[in-house]
Parts: sequence; C-alpha cells; structure tokens
Amino acid sequence: MEWFNDFWSTYSTLVFSVGVHALLALSIWLTLSCGLLSLANAAFMGVGAYVSALLTLHLEWSFGSVLLAGGIAPTLVALIIGAPVLRLSGVYLAMATLAFGEVVRITVLNLEITGGPEGLNGIPLATEGWHIALILAVTVYGLARLRRSKVGRAFEAIKEDEVAARLMGINVDRYKLLAFSLGAFIAGVAGALNAHFTFFISPREYGFENAVDILTMAVLGGTSSLIGPMLGSSILTLLPELLRSLQDFRSLVNGAVLVLVVLFLPKGLWESRRIRAFFKRLKGGQA
Amino acid sequence: MNAPQQPNLLSIRNVGKHFGGLHVLQDVSFEVPAGSIYGLIGPNGAGKTTVFNLITGLLTPSAGQIDFQGQTLIGLEPHRITHQGIARTFQNIRIFKEMDLLENVMVGMHDHLNYGGFGIFLNSPACRAAEKKARERALELLSWVGLDHKADMLADNLSYGDQRKLEFARALATEPKLLLLDEPVAGMNPSEKTILMEEINNIRNRGYGVFMIEHDMRFVMGLCDRIAVLNFGRIIAEGTPDEVRNNPDVIEAYLGKEDE
Repeated sequence: MEWFNDFWSTYSTLVFSVGVHALLALSIWLTLSCGLLSLANAAFMGVGAYVSALLTLHLEWSFGSVLLAGGIAPTLVALIIGAPVLRLSGVYLAMATLAFGEVVRITVLNLEITGGPEGLNGIPLATEGWHIALILAVTVYGLARLRRSKVGRAFEAIKEDEVAARLMGINVDRYKLLAFSLGAFIAGVAGALNAHFTFFISPREYGFENAVDILTMAVLGGTSSLIGPMLGSSILTLLPELLRSLQDFRSLVNGAVLVLVVLFLPKGLWESRRIRAFFKRLKGGQA
Repeated sequence: MNAPQQPNLLSIRNVGKHFGGLHVLQDVSFEVPAGSIYGLIGPNGAGKTTVFNLITGLLTPSAGQIDFQGQTLIGLEPHRITHQGIARTFQNIRIFKEMDLLENVMVGMHDHLNYGGFGIFLNSPACRAAEKKARERALELLSWVGLDHKADMLADNLSYGDQRKLEFARALATEPKLLLLDEPVAGMNPSEKTILMEEINNIRNRGYGVFMIEHDMRFVMGLCDRIAVLNFGRIIAEGTPDEVRNNPDVIEAYLGKEDE
C-alpha cells in the first residue's frame, strides 16, 4: 500500500493526463469517423478549460456543473462555426479549423478576464481519479453504442461517399454538425477536467502544437475502432516519461516511433481487422 | 396496390439545364407511369445521367418542372427526395466498400429507424427492436438479390456483378416507389445480364416503378414498357420499344444518316 501511495503521489498527474488525452483522442476520432479532418479540438478543449476555471474561480459553481458548462460552452461555439466551416472538406476544413484555433488562442491571450498570457492561476484541485475514469467509461460506452446505431452507420457512410450517403436519405449536413459538436463537447469536458488538476492554465496549452498532438494520438493508435485512439494517447503520453533517461534524445526517439508506425502500420497500431485476423490465425494454428 | 388508375409517378415537363453557355438539356418532357419499367436511352453524352441528377436533387434544373406523385421536387435537398420515395443506383457503382453487406443495406434504412439519441445511449427496448427488425429486413432484401449468404462480407470483396446487386438491395432499403437505375448492366457478361433482367422484372412485379438509363439495346428493348430517346439534350422519340425502334430519327441518331 505504501508502494502505491508513493507511486500515486509521483505519478497521479501523469495518470490523469493519460485519461484526459484519451478523451481528447476520442473526441477527434468522432469527427474523423464522419470523414471530417477537424483540428479545432485543442481550441474546444481550451474553451472548456477556461469557461470551467472561470466559473470555479469567480462564481464558485460546484464541480459537476462546472464540468457540464465546460462541455456545453465549446458545443455552442461548434454549433455556431459549424454551419459555415463544415461546408469545407479535406485539407480546407483542416486549415479553417486551425485558423479558428488560432482565433481562440489569440482571443484568450488578449482578454482581461482570462489573465492574458499569464493564464489563470490557483484553480482548485477538484478533479479526482474516479471522475476521469467514470467520464472516460461513459464516453467509451456512449461512442460504442453510437457506432452500432443508425448514427454510426450514417457517419461511416458520409466518410466513404458523401453523395451516396445523401441519396440514402441521410441529412449529411446535420450529421456532420452532430459529429463536430459532440466532439467539441467531449474535448470541452476533457479541458475542464484538465484545468482542475493542473492548478494553472495558459493560452499556450491550446495552440497549434496541441491540435496536432491530439490528431497524432488518434492516427497513431488507429481510427478503425475506439481502442486505437486510447492506445495512441496512452503511448504518446507515457513514452516521453519512459524515455526520460535519454534526456535530449527524447523527442528524437518519440519522432522516430511515429515515423515507423506511419510507415509500417499506416492504419495505426490497432487495426481491428488485422487483429481479428491474427487471433483467427492463432486459433487455427492450435486446432 | 388496388388504387384506381394510378396517375403518372414521375412527370418531367419542359426541363432544361445549362452550365454557363453549355446547354445539356433542352425542353425535356416525359412521364413515367406507375408500376412500369421505363427506359431512357441515347448516345454517349446525350445528357441521360444529368436527367437522373436533376430528379434526385444533385443538380437543380435551369427551367421546367419535375413532379413526383403530383408534388414538385424542385428545391428539395437530395435526402428529402429520397424520403419522398425515389432511390437510385450509379453508373460507376458507389457502395460503401469498408462496410459489410448488411451494414450497406441498413444505411438505406436510415430514414425508417425512428429511435432517438437517448434510445441509442440507453440501448432501449424500442431501439433494440427497431435494429433487429432492420437487420431482418436487410437480410430479406439481400436474399432478393441472392446475396444473403454473404451478408457479413466486406462490400469491397464482392465481384463487380455482385456489387451492382448490392446497390439494388441498398436502394430498395429506402422503401422507394420509384427506382432509378443508371446503366445497370454496364460491364456485365450476357449471362449476368439475363439474370439481372429477371431481377429487375421481379422488382417491378413487387410493385416498384423502375426508370433506367441503358446503352444495351437488347436489354432495354426486352425489358421496358416505354422508352424515351435523348439526343444532344433533346427528346427525339418516345413510345413503346417497337415504336422507338422504327423511328427514323432514332435510327439516324444511332446509325447516322444514309448518304444520298
């Protein structure tokens, strides 16, 4: 037990980060599953983090309602910018959402209430391990249900062939907006959770680099199932820690791992079909 | 099905379409009666697929009216038009290759699954029942085209002919009243064509209206009740296969004019 306490006091922040990053990777998985390459999730996370932190600091809302508000605020933003932005596709959508992210970052950087470049300090440490575990579990369960429903099939159809999906009676614009704003909600909640265990948030944490990191987690793990994004986010969160002994070479190895995965496993580490085939072979070999 | 003397299912009146100065369709008019197989033929580039794109709302006509069951389709978005009861297949097959056959067909049922977000999340009995019914119906539709034994195969792994059949089943899943087929036998061998001819006849006998674009003359003439001929964006003939076959304008469009 003592061993656990030692471990926890050293690594609890890291464990929390794994959970929050998993939520972020799932949030971008959702938009990717609908064929949308959106890089707005870091900004949505930032909106959630700031809104929730401000509500805690100034209005002393309860943690539950703060988390909810942290999810709803970016959802509303997503609904507003979604209508014009989601007319774009592919790289153009990525560029527009990146630009939106910069707008959010620069706005936060220059506002009085957000503390400008200094960010917000002294956010109460309200997040506990079970909060993250519960929210992650509910999210995974909800997304798994969604996948197996008409909504999941509609997303997949839109991803594969938008015209054919339209002619199957799917309201493509509405479903894209649904994926986009639901992704914003998850990212916002992740941001709110994050703000309440790091004590401190600043605009730097929600910029371009983070937007790309979130995408990398999902792509590294693989987007063909829900396991992929969680695996990818865990690896990318833990790898820098495991490579701590390499010191200056850390990011070099980190980058090399990414390049190798992209080269040899273009569909990500966890590709359901490949893994199912592997187990089938294994079973066949034993029989 | 005992409705008294059904009116025309689809009526196209004086429809024109131009892209800038390029007139693709001019003053196109014809009527597709209910419960029949109607054919639209014409040389390459005559504007046949454009007609389908106008009907299904992928394009908006520059002029004229398109009515389905007495109601205009103009200005409706494609998914609304599907909802009205029109389904189509594509000249260059557009199935969802990364899904299995069952899922492909179930995408077509999208409109008819009426459970909401909470039902999905809570896995409500209503949601489960609807999904189960949809799966059974999808299997039934797959069996109509003889693909039920491949239901959990990935659509990408199907042969060309089977992909076309899957597209039929998927289109039928939207519960259409009119099925638009864009060159259904393109790239098929004669025996596949014969099987497909039966298939389409069966579909008609189940009460669907069929409207097809086709190049294969023998196929069209053998199957359609009425045929319209499109050439350079205009209808040059309309009637029963026999009438059309003997129309001098049609012969000229296909074989060229005799030197005098």
